Amino acid sequence: MKLPRNADPNIPESAWRQLDGRIATERRWSAVTLWSGIFIVAAIAIASFGVGLLGLGDANATDLFNTLTPPSWRHPFGTDDLGRDIFLRVLYAGQVDLVFGFVTTYLSLVLGLVVGALSGYFGGWIDSLVMRIVDLVISFPFIVLILAITAITGPGLTGAYIGVLAVSWALYARLSRGEMLAMRNRPFILAAETMGFGTGRIVFVHAIPNLLRSNLVFSMSDMVLNILTLASLSYLGLGVSPPMAEWGEMVAQGQKNLFNAWWMSTLPGLAIVLTGIGFCLIGDGLADRLDEGRR
Amino acid sequence: MTHVADAHSSLLDVKDLTVGFADARGIFLPTNRVNFTVQRNQTLGVLGESGCGKSVTLRSLMQLVPYPGEIIGGTIAWKGRDLRGRSAREMSSIRGSEISMIFQDPASCLNPAFTVGNQIIETLRVKAGLAASAARSRAAELLDHVGIASAKERLTLYPHQLSGGMRQRVMIAMAIATKPDLLLADEPTTALDVTIQDQILTLLANLKGETGMSMVVVSHDVGVIAQNCDVIVVMYAGHVLESGPAQAVVHAPRHPYTRALLDAVPKLGRGGRRRPLASIPGQPPSLATLPAGCPFQPRCPHRRDGCEEVTPRLDKALPDHGSACPMVN
Amino acid sequence: MSVELPLLSVEGLSKTYATGRSVIDQALGRPAPRLTALDGISLEVSANEVVGIVGESGSGKTTIARCLVRLDSPDAGTIRFLGEEIGAAHGADLRRIRREMQMIYQDPYGSLNPRMSVGRAISEPAIVHGLIDRAEADGLVRDLLDRVGLSPTVAELRPRALSGGQRQRVAIARALALRPRLIIADEAVSALDVSIQAQILNLFAELIGKLGLSMILISHQLSVISHLSDRVAVMYLGRIVETGPTAEVFSNPRHPYTQALLTAHPAVDAPRARAPALSGEIPSNYAIPAGCRFHTRCAHAVSACREIDPPAAAISSGHRSWCHVLPEFRPARPL
Repeated sequence: MKLPRNADPNIPESAWRQLDGRIATERRWSAVTLWSGIFIVAAIAIASFGVGLLGLGDANATDLFNTLTPPSWRHPFGTDDLGRDIFLRVLYAGQVDLVFGFVTTYLSLVLGLVVGALSGYFGGWIDSLVMRIVDLVISFPFIVLILAITAITGPGLTGAYIGVLAVSWALYARLSRGEMLAMRNRPFILAAETMGFGTGRIVFVHAIPNLLRSNLVFSMSDMVLNILTLASLSYLGLGVSPPMAEWGEMVAQGQKNLFNAWWMSTLPGLAIVLTGIGFCLIGDGLADRLDEGRR
Repeated sequence: MTHVADAHSSLLDVKDLTVGFADARGIFLPTNRVNFTVQRNQTLGVLGESGCGKSVTLRSLMQLVPYPGEIIGGTIAWKGRDLRGRSAREMSSIRGSEISMIFQDPASCLNPAFTVGNQIIETLRVKAGLAASAARSRAAELLDHVGIASAKERLTLYPHQLSGGMRQRVMIAMAIATKPDLLLADEPTTALDVTIQDQILTLLANLKGETGMSMVVVSHDVGVIAQNCDVIVVMYAGHVLESGPAQAVVHAPRHPYTRALLDAVPKLGRGGRRRPLASIPGQPPSLATLPAGCPFQPRCPHRRDGCEEVTPRLDKALPDHGSACPMVN
Repeated sequence: MSVELPLLSVEGLSKTYATGRSVIDQALGRPAPRLTALDGISLEVSANEVVGIVGESGSGKTTIARCLVRLDSPDAGTIRFLGEEIGAAHGADLRRIRREMQMIYQDPYGSLNPRMSVGRAISEPAIVHGLIDRAEADGLVRDLLDRVGLSPTVAELRPRALSGGQRQRVAIARALALRPRLIIADEAVSALDVSIQAQILNLFAELIGKLGLSMILISHQLSVISHLSDRVAVMYLGRIVETGPTAEVFSNPRHPYTQALLTAHPAVDAPRARAPALSGEIPSNYAIPAGCRFHTRCAHAVSACREIDPPAAAISSGHRSWCHVLPEFRPARPL
């Protein structure tokens, strides 16, 4: 451990060590958070997408002689009431949920970021109007919206996509608009104006890159929320339609067998929880990292 | 509990104070073996540019070094007894009553959710043990004393309803409510307009004259320090490079940094832009990249061989005017 | 006596802001409180001249800067650049005019885009305005960095890696990229340490000399104004109260406010006066005092001061003061 220049020789070794130790522990913790989150999500993603490539079996293959069997070597997660292997179904469902989470989150981010940034930049009546729309969208009862959309599109994943996208962008818009308001009068934005740059350049080249940070951190928890939303919708019968595998739908199917075949609901439920934890850890770790970078 | 015997029985005697903090790049010492003494009824000015460690030093006097910093060496003798090693309760009782502090930005140091009167009364009740009604009238007296007109009515105002100068007066009122022996002031007038700064500095001088309290004023404004302090301590990269009576340091500076700093200040009515200012080349020091020996080397016009071996300690060449540069004068 | 057009000519500039009213006030039809930031400002800047504007909070010095670069539009008055009225310019005209006047801001940590490299930040304005094409960007950046005393290796860095003084140099380089004729420095050195401030002031002096620039230097620090500017305008609550050649105004101030500023200035080589130079608070811009707006704090006020706005009194060529009383009196103490 290198002592700083001109340090007082009377200072005991223990004091130096204590100082050094304190910071090291903190940094270790925040690294642990980030990397364990990445590990969890990566493992689930690789397993979910890899299973298709490896051709480990058909998630929809029924086996009416082996319904409701508990977890075993042949069926690590047991089988459901149609004899389908739950482990395979959980993995295939992972594809559906992860893709849903990713697409809804990042499409919403892009849309919300642009709307929020422009709204915050222009201010005035434009800002008021946009924010009222955002408020409306956020406060609208979500299930009613989904039902209305499903009535048009018919039951299935499409309805879920449209519904979540229709609402999710508003959160990013609000976040971005707030940050833009704070940034609006910072000298580098004013300088861009006085240098004669057009609005487009100022908002897209100068402002938005500085808004990305907070949006990305938020997107991690948003991802979790969107996946949970899909799971809830499927649980209610509004998301995927059978026989497509989806975690929430699997939880719903297993409900009637909760006491004689706990593995049907619980294990897909655990998959949801684990994925959620993974993304939250990444979000926390990222937030810590970005704070450090700022200092 | 050590009694530090001292012939002058000074109020505050700081010896070899070192504050350290660590981050990913290593361990740094924003305050490094700092020595100074404050006598009764004396104003000590700590002069330095940003990053020199003056604010950290001030806070460490109250044992309030912000995390992740920590005092790791030296002694702070308050009325003869070391403040380091005192219990949290003892320190808490000293703060706000024997030693008070005022800060640069009164807007963020006054709680916006409470009225000004409320905050002064709180200090009086908690620190001076006054009862509610006695505290209220004393609060009005204090506000009046620090120059706020219609003090009684002003008690009910919130900080945001007051101007910067008034807020600073409120902070001063809170700080002197308990008649402290020492007032610490961290850039007390930097955020104020110049005519208001003038008023506040006069107020502080008057208070000092009335109560006999001592002050430690930290500032980067050479003029403010020169005009308001009895003793000046010049800091750079955590070290004290020069220390002495104000007039001596300002008119006969011994350390090359002090000289360069004084020369770099633009003076009213002296030449114009045709005569360039004597600036100090280079950048302010970064604690991460200090050279061996004297920290001012990279920017010093008198740098020579041997400067890397120097340990910056104040010399005893003149009895009370010390410089940490053995090479020059 | 040349009949040359001044570079910048401002006349009668006024700006008020109306702040929000509560719903109740709106319903009751009460007028919105108005903040008078500028009230009839006139000044001129010639080629290769530095005009200093000095004042405290509420003086309007920042509002003038914002109006000049059209971040705000004035409510009344004219701004002429080389004779051309620019107060109402927009679109392509405004872009063209913006090339001529660039501003350096106070906060070096906010004036550069944290996500943009130094080189890009400097070359961008020149590219956007079509002064150079991308291939020439590197050359321009190297040139400008050299001019402001920075090494060309700085071009790849992000602002985060630079100190306050270095960032301010980058801001200056960026401002120079458009080859402006006028630089407005709004407290451009106030946030810098003494040693760095001296470096930047010297840089300004050098650039003014070498490039023939004009500058409007806005500062609350008299010493900075005194060092750099040829002429000075002292502002108080939205009006200019005294103006003239800097050396003369500072050695022979003819307005009580200017005198107070000079006395209050913490000088290194002079002791502080016993009593403060000025008592009382700065009045709010929402309620400008009637008559001479300074009378509430003025030690020399007479009855006329409370009622009548003082007209300009000529002290000498170019030196004017807006005061009923002081133009005739001798200053209170020799300076």
